[in-house]
Amino acid sequence: MLKRSIENLGNRAIQAVWRIGFAARFFVAVLLHSGTAFRRFGLTIREMYFTGVLSLIIILVSGLFVGMVLGLQGYETLQTYGAEEALGILVALSLVRELGPVVAALLFASRAGSAITAEIGLMKATEQLSAMEMMAVDPIARVVAPRFWAGVISMPLLAALFSAMGIFGGYLVGVQLIGVDEGAFWSQMKSAVDLEQDILNGVIKSVVFGVAITTIALFEGYDAPPTAEGVSGATTRTVVTSSLVVLALDFVLTAFMFRGLN
Amino acid sequence: MQNDNLVEIEDVEFGYGDRPVLKGITLSARRGQVIAIMGSSGCGKTTLLRLIGGQIKPGQGTVRVAGESLGELDEAGLYRLRRKMGMLFQFGALFTDISVFDNVAFQLREHTDLPEDAIRDLVLMKLHAVGLRGASHLMPAELSGGMARRVALARAIALDPMLVMYDEPFAGLDPISLGITGNLIRRLTDTLGLTSLVVTHDVQESLKIVDYIYFVSEGVIVAEGTAAEIRASDLPYVHQFVHGEADGPVPFHYPAPPYADDLRRGKQRA
Repeated sequence: MLKRSIENLGNRAIQAVWRIGFAARFFVAVLLHSGTAFRRFGLTIREMYFTGVLSLIIILVSGLFVGMVLGLQGYETLQTYGAEEALGILVALSLVRELGPVVAALLFASRAGSAITAEIGLMKATEQLSAMEMMAVDPIARVVAPRFWAGVISMPLLAALFSAMGIFGGYLVGVQLIGVDEGAFWSQMKSAVDLEQDILNGVIKSVVFGVAITTIALFEGYDAPPTAEGVSGATTRTVVTSSLVVLALDFVLTAFMFRGLN
Repeated sequence: MQNDNLVEIEDVEFGYGDRPVLKGITLSARRGQVIAIMGSSGCGKTTLLRLIGGQIKPGQGTVRVAGESLGELDEAGLYRLRRKMGMLFQFGALFTDISVFDNVAFQLREHTDLPEDAIRDLVLMKLHAVGLRGASHLMPAELSGGMARRVALARAIALDPMLVMYDEPFAGLDPISLGITGNLIRRLTDTLGLTSLVVTHDVQESLKIVDYIYFVSEGVIVAEGTAAEIRASDLPYVHQFVHGEADGPVPFHYPAPPYADDLRRGKQRA
């Protein structure tokens, strides 16, 4: 019994290490075969429509509501200290530094990541990838790489739109509904938000998240067993793994970026 | 001088993990012929096609297509050779997000610099050859199984390949589609000067159209010959296969302990 448990554990560890190694090789192969994605940029733009444009609704609506909640909660806390005019700073920094990249990434993983995995997995299950290979067309270059770059380009744009919508939501609640001074809201935000420390770092975060989510989604689809159960399992793994990786990466990046900032 | 054989497989062995699938297969396909590879499900027929297409590499032996040994080709060489091959997958494997027209045009757009007008003419010509010119605007989801396979055939011959491989082209087709598909394979082979390799277990339909047949069982070639020779064969395996007998060298029962022992064990448990 004990021996079998140890064997199972060892087996799982070997499988996990094998998958990580395979995923790393897959990532390198995608980078090496990215020429087509740029030479025929139309392919990448087409995928940006599916991953980016079709994710807009969920990103914009979520951004608006997150900003509105931030406005309410922030005002509630700040007024205790008589600092309600700093609401603009709180909303903007929370969104640009953290919530924008992270929540947009989590939504992106659920909306676009799962769709990418399901599509690639089904293409594999229905032998479309094999057919492409037999037609002397490399599926990594033709199918995978354009989706990868579309995800990497879309993610920071979506995060920026999420933050913009969130700030607008905070403005609606803080200024229009509660009555915080409009001039103070915008001017304090403008003076406190730093282009390099805040906005650029937020963009870097969202690019890293975009690379991570798209790689995981594409790898899970490409590695999915060619069955209905296999594809559904891969789709679930994409959402779970991407979400955990985004949160873990966020901690690491935040620790490096904002360490020692005033 | 050009070799008469387009495909030559010599002493090929292949296995998935510890499970051997092919155990020393030697066969060849002459130019301009329709060759069938037959055998029961899981005997390694499709694996043979994947070896010829270079999608997998043999553990031992050599696979040659048009005189080129696939094992010695690098990736670029393999892709160059694949441009001269077409493959019809079991269920068509059409790209579901593009129309019938775009499916057939796919290779032309990927591998040639032809203007769109010329591509249109070529696609319509290929679709006309399989009788589906009128379906060029349809999406793959709107096609029946037989139509999807014909579109896939039009796509497979889009670049005028020298070799077309068919993976179970007759599986799941109604009698009309079955006849159409069989005739198309024969007609396209003759008119375009192709070599066709058909992997199938549909004996009756295949015997009508093929020039030569190989029977694969348990990873080895157990019989070969022309359609007439196969029909007349008294080899037990071939006889069972051609006449569709339930029992014979391929047993009806999956290996199991004696039935009486199983029943007795059940009673003891109860």
